[in-house]
Amino acid sequence: MHGNVESDASVSAPERLIGRIVRLRPQGFPWVAPTWPGSMTRPAPERHLGSNYGAGWSRRYPVRLARAVVLDNLTRPLTHLVASPTVRGDELLELVTAPAIFVANHTSHLDTPLLLSVLPPRLRHRLVVAAAADTFFDRRWKAHLFAFALPAIPIERRRINRQSGDDAAELIEDGWSLIIYPEGGRSTDGWQQEFGGSAAYLAVRTGRPVVPVHIDGTWRVLPKGGERIHRSRTAVTFGTPISPDPGESTRHFNVRIERAVSTLADESHTDWWSARRRSADGSTPSPRGPEGSSWRRAWELGPAPDPNDKNDDRRWALRRR
Amino acid sequence: MSSRPGFVLEVDRSTPPTMFWHGEGFRMEQLPPGRSRVIYAPEPVDALSDPVSAIRQALLNPLGDSQPLPSLLHSGMTLTIAFDDVSLPLPPMRRPDARQLVIEQVLDMAAEAGVDDVVLIAALALHRRMTEAELRHALGDRIYDAFAPQGMLQQHDAEDPENLLHMGTTDHGEDVEINKRAATSDLLVYVNINLVAMDGGHKSVATGLSSYRSLRHHHNARTMQQSKSFMDQHHSELHTSNWRMGRHLAANGVKVFQIETTLNSDTFPSQFGFLQKREWEWTAMDRAAYMATSKSLDKVPDSMARKIFHSIKSPHRMSSVQAGEVEAVHAQTTERVYEQQLVTVQGQTDILTMGLPYICPYNVNSVMNPILVACLGLGYFFNLYRGKPLVREGGVVIMSHPTPWAFHPGHHPSYIDFFEQVLAESTDPTEIGKFEEAYATDPWYIHLYRTGHAYHGVHPFYMWYWCAHALEHLSSVIIIGGDPAAVRRLGFKPASTLADALEMAEDAVGPQPTITHFHTPPVMIADVQ
Repeated sequence: MHGNVESDASVSAPERLIGRIVRLRPQGFPWVAPTWPGSMTRPAPERHLGSNYGAGWSRRYPVRLARAVVLDNLTRPLTHLVASPTVRGDELLELVTAPAIFVANHTSHLDTPLLLSVLPPRLRHRLVVAAAADTFFDRRWKAHLFAFALPAIPIERRRINRQSGDDAAELIEDGWSLIIYPEGGRSTDGWQQEFGGSAAYLAVRTGRPVVPVHIDGTWRVLPKGGERIHRSRTAVTFGTPISPDPGESTRHFNVRIERAVSTLADESHTDWWSARRRSADGSTPSPRGPEGSSWRRAWELGPAPDPNDKNDDRRWALRRR
Repeated sequence: MSSRPGFVLEVDRSTPPTMFWHGEGFRMEQLPPGRSRVIYAPEPVDALSDPVSAIRQALLNPLGDSQPLPSLLHSGMTLTIAFDDVSLPLPPMRRPDARQLVIEQVLDMAAEAGVDDVVLIAALALHRRMTEAELRHALGDRIYDAFAPQGMLQQHDAEDPENLLHMGTTDHGEDVEINKRAATSDLLVYVNINLVAMDGGHKSVATGLSSYRSLRHHHNARTMQQSKSFMDQHHSELHTSNWRMGRHLAANGVKVFQIETTLNSDTFPSQFGFLQKREWEWTAMDRAAYMATSKSLDKVPDSMARKIFHSIKSPHRMSSVQAGEVEAVHAQTTERVYEQQLVTVQGQTDILTMGLPYICPYNVNSVMNPILVACLGLGYFFNLYRGKPLVREGGVVIMSHPTPWAFHPGHHPSYIDFFEQVLAESTDPTEIGKFEEAYATDPWYIHLYRTGHAYHGVHPFYMWYWCAHALEHLSSVIIIGGDPAAVRRLGFKPASTLADALEMAEDAVGPQPTITHFHTPPVMIADVQ
């Protein structure tokens, strides 16, 4: 008891103030503007917003330079502090000739900063991120912020929009790599969702390789709808780049991409060899989680690893590899 | 300006949380994407631009085989004007009330014809007597001050044998007993507010002005189970019985001139405008209003929150008025109600969710006790359908309401005993009937009904009978956020959150159930295909 009192007394006034502000932080709708159901036609956004937003300015050299300074000196250290990423398969990135299309599962807003922070400089400084036009580009300030910081480009995720696809393809052909989350949005429970065909379409159209990526653990750090950041360990696993075969359909290539990410998901929980063997005999566990009630799906994800536990078996296993 | 029709939203991952009413408060709930849908009410239809002229036109050009009202009025006649009581509309509408507008026109014509013997009667049936303030609100000060002091503004007393007239039985053996003054008048004008499709028609007189002796023939578990639903009179045994009684009255010389009005669904004042908007269309002002309202309500005592809500006067406006012969009038009125309230819905789901508000027809200016919670959810909201229920047979209803173990001792004295004694023994509507007679004839309850502002002793039984169709149809009922003891007494299951409730429901309907959320009020009727 006495220790607690001392501990409370040791909290400084600024820390208490920060704690109070953090507690007062908005908690989603209705604190923030509502999201728009996919089936509803949204009124035309403010001119030059949404998918019409012109993010070209964010790819000019001075802006790239400023972003690189922020990314390397602020975003990267902060991300590593809260997410403690373990990176596997990054040596495969040496095989990648830019531009490439990085395709990852998506469970958290932290995914993009984390991925940017673990990519080698030659790739991360000439790269754009496909971001939902209805979420990141619906307000002028948000559009400017994310176009600068990520750099994000607007993509229509709820309806087919030729303009969005054309713009992304032109950027790839112009030498810009792309990060895209084909699930179309963050998972609500940490499990993977069905992949849309956007990444496969762009790869088939531009002929550029797809780098499958699996991001594990960001859901625990900042889940969808989460109120605050919880420090936890994460893992980013890169797979072997894959390219569409000549004449391969978008649909078929999409299946291959999803399977590659699923294998990486298996690998992040076991080891590379086990994952490869299970992939070869078609027994890779479904990354979409078990059927059943929400608690069973949450249970299956397992407990959160302790970021400070040096005796954690998984941590040892990762180090060993 | 045309209003947008109601519609069904398929919930996807981008759908924002859905607002659930929760008594004198709200909950924000995230419905499972991919297998949930939300039914939103149509926007308010246009109101009559000149309701007074519209009323006058309706009285001069009646429907059916009725003559214009002025030609039915003459010097020396007895005229009785009966009107719907405090249970309509909900919430109470801003002044001037539709009843005031109509009755003033009727009285103007009666005055022109030289009618002296005029009595106004509040058609209470077995409801509580209205207070002076409630009567003044419904009728206006001008009418109240002209009639009440002389005893010509009365409230129907279903326990006054001197003022009841038994008019025989229908061909189905149903006793028909109604208010004597109404039955013996040269003309009975009934002024109705048709808030939902079950109101009005022959039910106005055959129920509103009748006695327990008459009501028991259709207010029972068997009739309610065979009424599918109350909003579709052609498939409602309750209405069939009332229609038989109404025709029997007409055949025995009771001359009724029916005036029915409909209201648009403009239910809440502008400061609560978010309550009738779709969540993704909430502006920053709506969100601010929601947060200010919900946070304020969290901080104040329940009784004050109740007072705040019950002080709301709805901006409902009259959207149509029909007058003349009962059945012809009601057929047209029902069409007007459907125009405002019908929402086409495809198919049923495993689970029906509903947020229950602070008010139902029987707790105006009062607390919503657990029995009324059950009645509002299962008796009213569940039955707001045409065709078939929104939830499949064997499905589950999940309701959100605090369900306090609290009763208004002045308004609902017999409810307290019903809750403690009858429901403790059985929650089966067909079984509790054995207790009905004792409650209906209890002299203390009758005294409170006649002299105070108490609902009749038998009224809680009727509330439970209203639930009979739903209870027979469903496999389970779950209440979120309710007092667990009160919820269990009702025979339902308590749950803390929607997620818990959905998991509990899966025990009955299987995994990954489909869900419909009925986003009401504003009131609507699901036309289930």
